Amino acid sequence: MSTTEIDRQWTTRLRKRAAGKLPPEKLLPDTQPTYVASWIYVFGVATLSSLIVVIATGCILALRGPFWWHGSQYGHFINSMHLWSVELFFFCMVVHLWGKFFMAAWRGGRSLTWMTGVVTFLASIGAGFTGYVSQTNFDSQWISTQAKDGINSGGVGAFFNPLDLGQMLMWHIVLLPLAAVVLTGLHVLMVRVKGVVPPFEESAEVAQ
Amino acid sequence: MGWLWSWAAIFPLNNLGHYVHWHWFLVSRSNLIVIILMVLTFLTALFLPFPGRSSRKENK
Repeated sequence: MSTTEIDRQWTTRLRKRAAGKLPPEKLLPDTQPTYVASWIYVFGVATLSSLIVVIATGCILALRGPFWWHGSQYGHFINSMHLWSVELFFFCMVVHLWGKFFMAAWRGGRSLTWMTGVVTFLASIGAGFTGYVSQTNFDSQWISTQAKDGINSGGVGAFFNPLDLGQMLMWHIVLLPLAAVVLTGLHVLMVRVKGVVPPFEESAEVAQ
Repeated sequence: MGWLWSWAAIFPLNNLGHYVHWHWFLVSRSNLIVIILMVLTFLTALFLPFPGRSSRKENK
């Protein structure tokens, strides 16, 4: 195969493009700008860490099933870890969102980074809701019967039925976690490509 | 596990929920506490000095 033919292959073009956009030193950097040394920059990674615990405990719950998480001490423990890591995930994500909103993190061509974060937030709310209605207890019965009225009034009850446990569980353990994980991965890659957004005063200094 | 159950008794979750209701504003007490904690965490993150920040600036 000639060099020209190799250069025209989609694998070669994709590799060159990916390496150009995200060289290894940019993907896993040794240092960060000085302005990143602030507690407000910690909450993105804290959200990511919580998501890892959410997914790990969710996988254990999926392996053992509802009789285990309702009826055994270890089941209760993992179930509680799943709940509290979700609480921590949303807590950190909201503080991260406030921080990024007030520093206008979409500046400098970072709109895609911002939007992947927004859609991840929405997917996570869906994952949280479907999780609450998948608990298989009186709490989930109450939430699903209350939610169905709101969802039916929006005209989407025919496609998304909170009273259908099978559908809610599939959304909760397949579709929404997949969306959240893929979007989070894209979000982190976008942060690596464009870099962490600088504070306003740093941007002004760079502009001068 | 006995010590764990004694801790659980401090936060009983089997009772009716408590709500804060002011005109049109209605929120459960637990959600309000979480929101207040988030605001406090946000403000703390803004103003609490990050360890080693001054030495990093000197090395810049």
